[in-house]
Amino acid sequence: MAKYSILVNGKKHEVDVLEDMPLLWVLRDIIGLRGTKFGCGQALCGACTVHLNDTAIRSCSFPISAVGEGKITTIEGLSEAGDHPVQEAWEKHIVPQCGYCQTGQIMNAVALLKKNAKPSEQEIEAAMKGNLCRCGTYNRIKAAILEAAGTPVTTG
Amino acid sequence: MKILAPFQKRKTETVNSEIFSVSRRDFLKVGGLLTGGLVLGVSFFSCDDKKKNVVTVAPNIYLSIASDGKVTIIAHRSEMGQGIRTSLPLVVADELGADWKKVAIVQAEGDKKYGDQNTDGSYSVRMFYRPMREAGAIARLLLIRAAAKEWQLPVEECDTENGQVIHRGSNKKKDFGELVETAQSLPIPKVEEIKLKDRKQFNMIGKETAIIDLHDIVTGKAVFGMDAVVEGMKIAVVKRCPVVGGMVKSFDDSKARAVPGVIKVLAIKGAGLPATLSKPLSGVAVIAENTWAAIKGRDLLEVEWDLGPNAAYDSAKQIEQLKLEVAKEGTIRRKRGDFNAAKTNAKKVIDHTYVAPYLAHATIEPPCALAIVKNGSCEVWACTQNPQGARDVVAEALGFAVEKVKMNVTLLGGGFGRKSKPDFIVEAAVLAKETGLPVKVLWTREDDIRHDYYHAMSVQRIVATIDSQNKLSGWAHHIAYPSISATEDLSVLQASDGELMQGATDFPYNVPAINVETHDAQAHLRIGWLRSVRNIPQVFAVATMLDEIAEARGVDAIAQALELLGEDRSITFEQELVKTTYPNYGEKIEDYPWDTGRMKKVIERVAKESGWGKTMPQGSGLGFAAHKSFLTYVACVVEVKVDQNQQVSIPNVYYAVDCGLAVNTDRIKSQFEGGAQFSASLALKSMITVKNGQVEQGNFDGYQIIRMPEAPQQIHVHIMDSDTKPTGVGEPPVPPFTPALCNAIYAATGKRIHTLPIDLKA
Repeated sequence: MAKYSILVNGKKHEVDVLEDMPLLWVLRDIIGLRGTKFGCGQALCGACTVHLNDTAIRSCSFPISAVGEGKITTIEGLSEAGDHPVQEAWEKHIVPQCGYCQTGQIMNAVALLKKNAKPSEQEIEAAMKGNLCRCGTYNRIKAAILEAAGTPVTTG
Repeated sequence: MKILAPFQKRKTETVNSEIFSVSRRDFLKVGGLLTGGLVLGVSFFSCDDKKKNVVTVAPNIYLSIASDGKVTIIAHRSEMGQGIRTSLPLVVADELGADWKKVAIVQAEGDKKYGDQNTDGSYSVRMFYRPMREAGAIARLLLIRAAAKEWQLPVEECDTENGQVIHRGSNKKKDFGELVETAQSLPIPKVEEIKLKDRKQFNMIGKETAIIDLHDIVTGKAVFGMDAVVEGMKIAVVKRCPVVGGMVKSFDDSKARAVPGVIKVLAIKGAGLPATLSKPLSGVAVIAENTWAAIKGRDLLEVEWDLGPNAAYDSAKQIEQLKLEVAKEGTIRRKRGDFNAAKTNAKKVIDHTYVAPYLAHATIEPPCALAIVKNGSCEVWACTQNPQGARDVVAEALGFAVEKVKMNVTLLGGGFGRKSKPDFIVEAAVLAKETGLPVKVLWTREDDIRHDYYHAMSVQRIVATIDSQNKLSGWAHHIAYPSISATEDLSVLQASDGELMQGATDFPYNVPAINVETHDAQAHLRIGWLRSVRNIPQVFAVATMLDEIAEARGVDAIAQALELLGEDRSITFEQELVKTTYPNYGEKIEDYPWDTGRMKKVIERVAKESGWGKTMPQGSGLGFAAHKSFLTYVACVVEVKVDQNQQVSIPNVYYAVDCGLAVNTDRIKSQFEGGAQFSASLALKSMITVKNGQVEQGNFDGYQIIRMPEAPQQIHVHIMDSDTKPTGVGEPPVPPFTPALCNAIYAATGKRIHTLPIDLKA
């Protein structure tokens, strides 16, 4: 066990946990931020995606000991009122079905747009390929990202 | 208590509704779910109940209108992405004339008083569309009468709109909330007194409505089974026997207990064999303060197993054995004409064996459930598709009366049939009882992939004969796969009637000689049902064979389908079935006939929308398949591109669907979009294999599902305009996509697909 001080959504949290505890379980079990989801535990599905200094990371496979001074942003900290342009685009296209993977999808999409404000469809596909959706909402995800980037296309 | 497969149960043939005002005493029994004001109970009963004069006392669903105008509707079906928490309440709201912005939805717990809650088989809209409309219409009439009384105006001149009763002549308006008091003093209108709205009067039914949980989902506030918490909750992760039917012999937990945070380690008694559709597998549970400690502890357990009779099972070997089996004569389940004569007289015989693998559900939210047992009662929070079934089996496992178990239903992070089985919920309840702690059982991805209720692998052989007139003269469909029924009863070795109805015995085409034959296939895993169930492999075989027949005859595949369906009529199968029934998805064939005309219309529509017949560039192709399942008619055309590296991409998918009257067009479209992706996963990616009785895959690296770059890109969904009774759309998109894709690949490459998943490099 070890003590860590981490910055999540602009707020400091002191936690005393096992050194190898993935950030996901620190967020969900210790801090109580459950918008970040568990899907695979091996960085294979992207449901647990959060930001470390604006970069998307898979929190299920990212040990607390590696967080350091970095700024963590989760879905709860993305916007105050749930009105981030990506969230709004998600609502406009009624993207979710069951919704379970969607917070990870949104966090991954936001990180993509921070790096690349006008991604092409191929760039979106490449950036989002680590995020699985079993309900199959991929095309609406793509449409919502293009919408948030200001380059909406009509999809069938 | 047995959990029944979706096609094993009898559905209520006709559901009628009756609404009554709920007394204060009854209201308290609802458990504070509703806010007060005018509370209406809706009671569903079947016509059979009525004949037997059964008086239903407990209301099934509730609708309340508060004095502030807020309308609360209880959602009694489980939400797993199909949108049912929106689509049924919107039916009530539209018929009522409510303001959708003032409607709140409350999820029902598992209780018989809500009527059927077993959310599977694409049943919800089919079963509850009419009762929901009646519920809304009765409440509307009651409010109109209240307003008419207050205004001293004729009832006939009043109507509802946007949460108000209006009188057009005088432009008088009153909010629903203001009418609650008067409405409470009036008798509840009878079903016979109401007049349902005309289709032209609908504001929501037949249009697009966004799901009510949308904002909560995109802000991370939605509560799934994984997110349920209570004070003092502990987490359990279980090491289960890797072989079905095996048992814990002994275990050493010293290393597990040394992990900081681990509290207790204890064995869970498994069902043994048969494994059942409801009981846990034998295993050892590690209970800890947090998930990570539980996972670490579980991984450090040393367990000695008695692996049992399935320890030598090898799925590849069984497939080879079944290939020999289907070459023999089987048990005849459907017979028309003389197939042997057709074969003798054939100009050409096409004979292929089709193989499809085991599949796992792989919901992104793995199974999980939270339970508290205190003072002889139990409270559960679970992502369950079948809350009443789960409640019953938990009560049985704990030795409690059913009334002592409260089953709260969370959102489901995907279901697809996995969460119909309550084994994981029983685990939580048993651990909570034994430890006295609130316990959440969490399945890791590896637990989910390795201990699922699998979609069964299958081997099928179809022999088709073409006569000297170039007609399809004979069809013999041989079927071998372990039946779902074998999970409860190991003596079952052949497909059940309900399984055969899904794409085998319901073969609708005009062929003079038809045999459907089943063969023995033993079950060695827990076999369950997965979105669209046996339609998946059976339609894969049937619809790819039909494409091959069309080619052999030198006719167009769509022209052939229309020709073989013949004139518009209702067809039945019973007269040709041998010691087999045709369950028709739990409905009477008179109520939901197999209508060749409806099928032909969706086929013609998809041909038109896809530009069927157009010349495609080299390496590209169009493929077609059509299939009716869960009483919904679907035709599908897939456009495929195959590059020089044999890489498959799918630029376009065209669907035409006749699901009767469309309730929420957006969710119909989304189910078809998702259904195509689900089918693309199983067509191109997914496979479970077993060696030494143990599943070889463990996570999304070994068990793959489709990812965005390879996913079908444009999915065009065309909904037929219809006034007919609505039918479900959760499952019907899945079956025809895979054979349409296979047929498209043939058009693009000249390669026929007989084995799933598709491997063009093989």
